[in-house]
Amino acid sequence: MFSFCVDPSTLSDWPWMACYLTTATHMAMYRSVLVVLALLALVAPLALGLGFMGALAVRSHSPLLSAPGKVYVSMVRGVPDIIFFLFVPLAIDQGLEYLLHNIRCPDWTEPVRKGNDFVVCAAAKLPLATSAPWVHSLYGFTLAVVAFALVFGAFAANTLHGAMAAVPRGQMETAESYGMSRGQAFRRIMLPQMWVYALPGLSNLWMILCKATPLLFLLGVQDLVYWARELGGQKTGLFAYPHPDWRVWYFLGVLIFYLLLTWGSQKVFDGLMRRLTRGQATAGGEAQRKAMA
Amino acid sequence: MKKLALTLSALAISASAAMAQDVVRIATEGAYPPFNFINEAKELVGYEIDLGNELCLRAELKCEWIINDWDTIIPNLVGGNYDAIMAGMNATPSRAQVIMFSDPYKKPDPSAYVALAATNSDVMQSGVIAAQSNTVQSGMVADTSATLLEFPTPDETIAAVRNGTADAVLADKDFLLTYVNESGGELVILADVVTPGQGVSVGLRQSDQAMKAKFDTAIAAMKADGTLNDLLRKWFGNEVPVFEQ
Repeated sequence: MFSFCVDPSTLSDWPWMACYLTTATHMAMYRSVLVVLALLALVAPLALGLGFMGALAVRSHSPLLSAPGKVYVSMVRGVPDIIFFLFVPLAIDQGLEYLLHNIRCPDWTEPVRKGNDFVVCAAAKLPLATSAPWVHSLYGFTLAVVAFALVFGAFAANTLHGAMAAVPRGQMETAESYGMSRGQAFRRIMLPQMWVYALPGLSNLWMILCKATPLLFLLGVQDLVYWARELGGQKTGLFAYPHPDWRVWYFLGVLIFYLLLTWGSQKVFDGLMRRLTRGQATAGGEAQRKAMA
Repeated sequence: MKKLALTLSALAISASAAMAQDVVRIATEGAYPPFNFINEAKELVGYEIDLGNELCLRAELKCEWIINDWDTIIPNLVGGNYDAIMAGMNATPSRAQVIMFSDPYKKPDPSAYVALAATNSDVMQSGVIAAQSNTVQSGMVADTSATLLEFPTPDETIAAVRNGTADAVLADKDFLLTYVNESGGELVILADVVTPGQGVSVGLRQSDQAMKAKFDTAIAAMKADGTLNDLLRKWFGNEVPVFEQ
């Protein structure tokens, strides 16, 4: 990074530290923060969308919709997250490869499962062995996003379903007496008002999602926790910057990062709640009205 | 979801156009100096990296390195995520039930117990011994009367001895030596133990006989012309047991 970093063994404390903290591996650690944030930015809307569809399905009068909705919500909520995170990417990966194998290599005569081995033809590999390393990383990351979205979507579905049911029945009756159809009443009356009831549950989910991001490491994505453990461990003279076990400092850094992330999120949620409460027939809305008067 | 699936298939299609030479993907742990580790420049280096690159050159394979956690390194091989493992893995009978091994490229490492200086050697029978999970050594400790304490990475086993969580660590001697030599007398070797198995080898899928033949031929050639021994001495020092030429 800096010109004086050529021979780290000759450096005194401060320049050494400056060089050490700007090595390529440390840069990768700083970049991994972006990986965590990217995961959050992708999973949050996906899970919310999935949750919304799940909630609508559960509410539906048709058993064709409500049954799968209920199965999805109760199944995901009933299985330990970590099992799901291990299962979903593996199942999707092998399922897609099996599908591609049948499409692209119809002449393949050997079985796909040979003893312990799961072998598909080269053209059915996902990603292909010839793909660039970044394609492999992106693929792994995508599987992680899907797994996270599936799990958190189920919890969001439950929260949103509860919020829809919490909108006062009188409001919906009024809408009907004005001659609105079911869909109109849903879009004009329920949809704008349900969020104030959903927000506490959704903010909980968001916090849990933030704190669940280190599970990325379990899925083979090199996230912040991976680098903290890798860089914090003792480095012997085989390395250019030998040092003793510094994991406690690295993990302290990670801890502060997650605290800042959740603290900032809480501020945003507080602001959102104030806005959503405005004019609502809830205790919060009443308190706001009195304060204004 | 639909959009995701579309992106995925688009990726797969664009990648298939670039299909040319067969690529062999080799997995390693990247946390086991001097066998394989990531240096500050974020390059994968070590004995196995030098060796693997040379083997691929000789076998005329295009090779690519993958970093994978030790605990899932065998499942991901049989699941087809990559084609070979070079991660300081001893060819033991229990592993050979699941995967296949090439001829060894390093003689069976003696294992060693390492503890803080002045530790009574009784701890090998009655103390708490740290070992990396799913290693030969964790199995060896389980067979003694000592208490086994497992860690996912090799580095953590040594940290456990330093902070007193474990009385000693059992691991490959060639891995431990650097730590002992640089500890300034803080860490000492309690005893050497013979490691079972035929030696450190390339791990392959059992259905992949053709790959085994390629690796075996290249390893035999490197043993014959002495380049394998040169690499061994480069990374493990002059005392390392070498192959007869």
